[in-house]
Amino acid sequence: MHYKIHTPLDDNTVAKLKAGDTIEITGTLYTARDQAHQRLVELIQKGQALPFGLKGQILFYAGPAPTPPGKVMGSVGPTTSSRMDLFTPVLLAYGLKGMIGKGPRSPEVKAALIKYNAVYFAATGGVAALLSSYIKKAELFAYPELGPEAIYRLEVENFPVVVAIDAWGGDLYDQNRELYKEA
Amino acid sequence: MREISTLEVTKAIKDLCLQANRVLRPDVLEAIRASLGFEVSPTGKEIMEQIIKNAGLAVSEQLPICQDTGYVGVFIELGQDVLLKGDLTLAINEGVKEAYDEGYLRKSMVACPIFERENTGDNTPAFITVDTVPGDKIKITVIPKGGGTENASRLQMLPVSGGVEAVKEFVLEAAEGAAKSCPPVIVGVGIGASFDKVGLLAKKALLRSIADSNPDPELAALENELLVRINKLGIGPAGLGGRITALAVKIEAAPTHIACLPAAVTFNCHAARQAEAII
Repeated sequence: MHYKIHTPLDDNTVAKLKAGDTIEITGTLYTARDQAHQRLVELIQKGQALPFGLKGQILFYAGPAPTPPGKVMGSVGPTTSSRMDLFTPVLLAYGLKGMIGKGPRSPEVKAALIKYNAVYFAATGGVAALLSSYIKKAELFAYPELGPEAIYRLEVENFPVVVAIDAWGGDLYDQNRELYKEA
Repeated sequence: MREISTLEVTKAIKDLCLQANRVLRPDVLEAIRASLGFEVSPTGKEIMEQIIKNAGLAVSEQLPICQDTGYVGVFIELGQDVLLKGDLTLAINEGVKEAYDEGYLRKSMVACPIFERENTGDNTPAFITVDTVPGDKIKITVIPKGGGTENASRLQMLPVSGGVEAVKEFVLEAAEGAAKSCPPVIVGVGIGASFDKVGLLAKKALLRSIADSNPDPELAALENELLVRINKLGIGPAGLGGRITALAVKIEAAPTHIACLPAAVTFNCHAARQAEAII
């Protein structure tokens, strides 16, 4: 199926998405990678407030290139998601509904997606000039000292992703690997 | 002797970093176009079309192909009859610094690998390999390379008794890492030499054009066999399933010790960045 969805995500929207669906996302994404994840989880563990409410939000595992003058955003695309696996279940427990990255996730993340009714999207890696064209507004939001690892708040329009792992245990990486494997 | 100022090297490095990051390797773009028709997965086809579109947009918008503009690998073939005026390492790093600053490229280097991991702020240092060759010219090849593909690299000292079968098994096992390396990938394989040199052989294998074939017929046959077998793994474009997992397998072999069979595998992602110049 092909869907156009809007952020923040609600439970009904998440529940209808199935691994393999192609999606266009319109709304807000927050970039976060290794160091930002570490900081968010530390705040949660200390019982302190996060820089933004996670409820219904989508995190984009990305560290953009700097924005040239006259452009909304420099090149931006997904980084390898598995590096965030350790942090993900905690964030899902706090209301995070979606993530955009590239590559497979751990069994723990898959279980947490089912438990918290959340979804993992894959964006194409290595096509960052193309992906930046879907970003209509970008703002350096938190942790500027982290440079490319800072949190950016992005407003996107029809941002193209694929449902890689759904809230029902469906995993496109596994399914398609079996489908296209040849003896 | 021919005198060359390292200022010329700085300028060349800067230009090559900018070019490599914005212009997809032409033979890779060609190979993506050529293999599009062989991909059976609809998602895979869509991804390959995105790659082609992205390459055009990167050039017209002067944006980097990938946001991970990499560490900068620099391969220098230094003519023995060249007298360099200045410090080569400083000159190369200066070129990297200027390109990454002025070209709005991402700075992805951390100074300390284990503790602070603080960004160096200018994407230096570059990783430089210098080989001396006959002549009075300098050939410079620049490959900015992302962290994701680098992480999928593997190196193993194989048992000599395992022979070619052990090499094949190791490469096919390592090829699972292609899934995390933004496939379709180029697979670089190093065989022989020593622990420290075999990784370099694999890296140098990535520099070869997709169209070229190993001059050694046995190695050429091994390259072809491994390519066919890797493309049966089902990994596909972006690792989301399909037939086109690798565009090429390139092997570089070298003499080794009687007790050794070192092997290394590394990948270049489809966003293959490489540019060269001769001074």
